[in-house]
Amino acid sequence: MSTRDFRTTRRQFLTGGAAGAALSTVARPLAAQEPPVPLEQYRAEYFNAAEWAFIMAATARLIPADGDGPGALETRVPVFIDREMAGEFGQAATWYMEGPYQPDAAPLFGYQSPLTPAEVYRGGISAFNDWCERHHDAAFADLDADAQDEALSALDSGEVPLEPELRDFFDLLLQNTKEGYFADPKHGGNHEMASWVYIGFPGARASFLEWTDPSKDNVPYPLGPVSIAGERA
Amino acid sequence: MAREEKRKDVVIVGLGWTGAMLGIELADEGLEVLALERGPDRDTVPDFQYPDVADELKYGVRYGFMQKPKNSTVTMRHNTGETALPYRHLGSFLPGDGVGGAGVHWNGHNWRAMAEEFRLRSYVEEEFGADIIPDDMTIQDWGVTYDELEPHFDRFEYMAGISGQAGNINGEIIPGGNPFEAPRSRDYPMPPLAQTLDGRMFRDAADAMGLHPFPRPAANASEAYVNEYGMQLGPCNYCGFCERFGCLNYSKSSPQTCILDALKRRTNFSYRTHCEVLKVEKAADGKTATGVTYWDEKAGEEVFQPADLVILAAYQLHNVHLMLLSELGEPYNPQTGEGVTGKNYAYQMNGGTALFFEDVDFNPFVGAGSNGYCIDDYAINQIDFAAEGFIGGSYISAGQFNGQPIRSMRLPGDVPKWGAGWKEGIKKWYGHSMSIGSHGSNMAYRDCYLDLDPTYKDQHGRPLMRMTFDWKDNDIRMTQFMRRKIEPIAQSMNPTSWASGYKDAGAKYDLRPYQTTHNVGGTIMGDDPKTSVLNRYLQCWDVHNVFAMGAGAFPQNIQYNPTGVVGALAYWAAEAIRKDYLPNPRPLV
Repeated sequence: MSTRDFRTTRRQFLTGGAAGAALSTVARPLAAQEPPVPLEQYRAEYFNAAEWAFIMAATARLIPADGDGPGALETRVPVFIDREMAGEFGQAATWYMEGPYQPDAAPLFGYQSPLTPAEVYRGGISAFNDWCERHHDAAFADLDADAQDEALSALDSGEVPLEPELRDFFDLLLQNTKEGYFADPKHGGNHEMASWVYIGFPGARASFLEWTDPSKDNVPYPLGPVSIAGERA
Repeated sequence: MAREEKRKDVVIVGLGWTGAMLGIELADEGLEVLALERGPDRDTVPDFQYPDVADELKYGVRYGFMQKPKNSTVTMRHNTGETALPYRHLGSFLPGDGVGGAGVHWNGHNWRAMAEEFRLRSYVEEEFGADIIPDDMTIQDWGVTYDELEPHFDRFEYMAGISGQAGNINGEIIPGGNPFEAPRSRDYPMPPLAQTLDGRMFRDAADAMGLHPFPRPAANASEAYVNEYGMQLGPCNYCGFCERFGCLNYSKSSPQTCILDALKRRTNFSYRTHCEVLKVEKAADGKTATGVTYWDEKAGEEVFQPADLVILAAYQLHNVHLMLLSELGEPYNPQTGEGVTGKNYAYQMNGGTALFFEDVDFNPFVGAGSNGYCIDDYAINQIDFAAEGFIGGSYISAGQFNGQPIRSMRLPGDVPKWGAGWKEGIKKWYGHSMSIGSHGSNMAYRDCYLDLDPTYKDQHGRPLMRMTFDWKDNDIRMTQFMRRKIEPIAQSMNPTSWASGYKDAGAKYDLRPYQTTHNVGGTIMGDDPKTSVLNRYLQCWDVHNVFAMGAGAFPQNIQYNPTGVVGALAYWAAEAIRKDYLPNPRPLV
């Protein structure tokens, strides 16, 4: 299989060609951006301190830093989730939220909880931390990585008993974690487009007609990603 | 007491594809036409412009251009014994919202149905005998034939600007096109799109097996184009932000790119946004409509809009809902089989096989909405229903639409859902897979229908519409047949690994994963007022100055994406209104 290395190709891009020169007038290199508040100093909009500690710890296991590629913390996934919970999505602002509710309906019926996603996080974190205290003698954030993985696996497989209205907690957490990893950086995560660089997604470039030509079959796309704000990596 | 507006000749409910088409056709008759759209106004600039629209989270995942369930949704149950529950957030299907409707965010797969599909019950009875039709299967003929619709398919394709390769022109089979399609009077207005690697690999594999691959008919322009209204399209740039997005490049056919700017120049046409029609009002004798009552969101009041002609051009689900609320047609009763409004709700039976290739780099972000190759070798007119034990068919295709990583991260089954193994898997497999899909018909059944929910209400206090729907054995046998055809094609391509996903016996309808926004039926057309809501001209049998556009007219679902048929039916109905109805308003049948 091919491997892409955008760090190399970016240098080529910057040093050669009129196309590069033209684009560089609109795309700003990342170094020119104002650095965001370090994650440790970030003040959560929605989560309280214990919840934030959980989000930091849990996302760091769902997408760990070890191995190749960035983890959830390097890409600021927790910031994304916090902003989502404080915003429209977390508040179920566009969902149909009228009763009567039947949260224990068959999962085929989709989301039937009376709680908003933000409330599911709040209730889910609390119930899961209680379970961790009972089974591992500490809140989730205070467990070692192996115990955290074990606890998350139990949550994922339904072994952690949750009230029916909280049953979507793990699915929400995992989905939002991946969203924060892969979404455009304007939403707070995918810091420095690191996940896009890692997998080889060129972001918001959005123009590829010549790449349908058979001469480009199996040729890895040479340019690194750009974001909606015009950063390039 | 509702405010009353000045009378119009025509009021159109909804300004998507069919609302815009009927709007311009009737405005060109010199009529005063008003369209009422409950969502916001939308146009290429500013709503679809680069780079803001290239935002997977906002539009692909959070459904920026879709209907908000808070404003409008349905309830769902699998059978008449269950209690229906609300579709609280979007999943299985994604109705559009605002000017342009679902015509903004579709991929642009633009098909004609087969001639046999328009007279499906007759075709089955003649070819295989009535006794192969299960007792609970309520399939019907449409009351209109392919030959009658052909000029209107042609006009829609030339108006919308479709890129493709004809397979049958006036009976002559054209190499490289679909040899099983019904005859068309001329070729597509534009040549087929350029194709990505996955589609070409599928084409070559299908070819080698003696099948008949052809490029997917695409509502994505392959070159510069000007249509009959003077609207201009530019060639698609394969941006990879098509389905769920508005087009940033004036390439995808939509009401915005093909009609609206021309329509807005007609001074006898106007439209009002954030105006949701609540009810079609009927005259005292119940035989005609007097206009519509709508909710003016900005003014915060109800408004009565008198009109001589009412065109329902909302999405299928919303047209059916309005007809039920307005008591247009007798509501369908699944116990007796009597009544019509809400009858024969149907969906689409899809499945697919994913192929993983360690050594092939597909550059998955290179994509047009309708890129790809198809085969129709297992289409409705190619299958011996008696021998195979089902009624239906499917087209099979491969094509790359986007590589946006939140939604398009296809991974082999041995990659874990999270953790270090997942992170390793996304690097290894992103850009190294493709899929072959089956897009199949869905028949109509006695207990699959739409009515008003007894419990849940919308923001105006009206009952939500209730969907009663589940998968049936016939259609599951169809999709399993397609699995048996697709898997050998996939294996012949020598992938590193592959995985199939088709509904198995006993599968129940699941509202959660996206399947398709091809909801059909409920305002079905036909040749008998006892078994259809609309006559063959899409005119309400009971109230002759109400016409309903859209896929609600389909008596069961075709094996193709519906828009091409919706477009042809709209031009067919528009012609009947212009030439026959306006000179002498009356029931046309």
